[in-house]
Amino acid sequence: MTDQDLRQATQAYAVRLGDDALILGHRLSEWTSRAPFLEEDLALQNVALDYIGRARMFYGYAAELSADGRTEDDFAYLRDARQFSNLLIHELPRGDFAFTMARQLLTDVFSSLYLEQLLRSTDATLAGIAAKAAKETRYHLRRSREWALRLGDGTDESHARMVRAIDELWGYTHELFELDALEQQLADAGIGVDNAALRPAWLKQVSAILTEATLRVPEDSWVVRGGRTGYHTENLGHILSEMQSVHRAYPGVSW
Amino acid sequence: MNKTDTLTLVDRPVPTAAWVQRLQHRNRSPVPGLWALLDAVKDPEVPALSLWDLGVLRDIEQQDNGCIRVVISPTYSGCPALEAMRADIISTLQQAGHPEVEVHTALSPAWSTEALSPQGHEQLRAYGIAPPRHCQGCSVPELTPESGITCPRCGSDDTHRISEFGSTACKALFQCRACHEPFDYFKPI
Repeated sequence: MTDQDLRQATQAYAVRLGDDALILGHRLSEWTSRAPFLEEDLALQNVALDYIGRARMFYGYAAELSADGRTEDDFAYLRDARQFSNLLIHELPRGDFAFTMARQLLTDVFSSLYLEQLLRSTDATLAGIAAKAAKETRYHLRRSREWALRLGDGTDESHARMVRAIDELWGYTHELFELDALEQQLADAGIGVDNAALRPAWLKQVSAILTEATLRVPEDSWVVRGGRTGYHTENLGHILSEMQSVHRAYPGVSW
Repeated sequence: MNKTDTLTLVDRPVPTAAWVQRLQHRNRSPVPGLWALLDAVKDPEVPALSLWDLGVLRDIEQQDNGCIRVVISPTYSGCPALEAMRADIISTLQQAGHPEVEVHTALSPAWSTEALSPQGHEQLRAYGIAPPRHCQGCSVPELTPESGITCPRCGSDDTHRISEFGSTACKALFQCRACHEPFDYFKPI
């Protein structure tokens, strides 16, 4: 790979990681003023803000690498669903509180492992973003783990909802550990993360938490994939139509 | 700034390595006047604390053409205060007769509460916010504990956590069982 190819691949990679962070951050932000109680409302907003901040850093870097005048806003507001490359698990509707916390648990364990690798990236900016995000993820994971235990090992109702949430999410977790050619090239170059290698550690941690929460680990009986290639569930279009509406109705508007 | 004077203000016996490093960097700077100027720029969300004391202000350089280059590091990824900090730095320097100012953001090394100055800890406490507790010998900062953070109002350790996340990304909410007052805790990160 030439330096130019590597630069382009890194740009695309930064956009992907930005998409993951933005879409999950937006889903979490939907809880604002709707969480079960005030402290939880604050917590979800804070976590959402961390993710949206993370998206800005990744998009900002992608814009810098593009060097074509695009800014972070172009990536967030002026692309359509087919151009978004977030993994599908991030775009699923927020569901009930159990669903949101179950998704956070599965993705927080993943993020903590992923960021630990990304902070060793030979790309200084990606490593810098990862180092920052990894600190925040420690707080996120502690909270989602505590909620998983409380809901899983809680009332019959909360337990049943957690079982349903984990079952509904499980088939979307496989995509977290798949690499396409671009990601493989970057992993080989020491820039990106070999996420396929993270699954054993992820499964071990998730299984331990689910077991402690009296929940069972689902069987790997179905898989949904497509996010990285722009094939999304219908949910992404709904997010984008809301998130981008102001920017598209009033191009170039500022506060 | 005189290092000895700085450290006598502290009630924490051992300043963090990160803080000592920052102070040494500042003391070696050829533009001490500019650092002193920016001591007036406060954290927009905790006005008791300067950007220097918060650990956000990393570096100041005056380039040959007179342009001043300031480097700051963001606290939390999504902290909305960063834009306000940037604007305050530029206007403070411009009002002091430095029209050309560039503010750069450095992600690495990541900001940590370890970078807070000892005065920053005191200023937080005086403002009613419990300063971050440091865990000596830990490889990573301790996460917010469930209890035992000293109440900034009455000094009691009989306190408990109400919420892991508070009014801003950098704080958790506690309540004191002795004086019953709720208070913010600046989370170690």
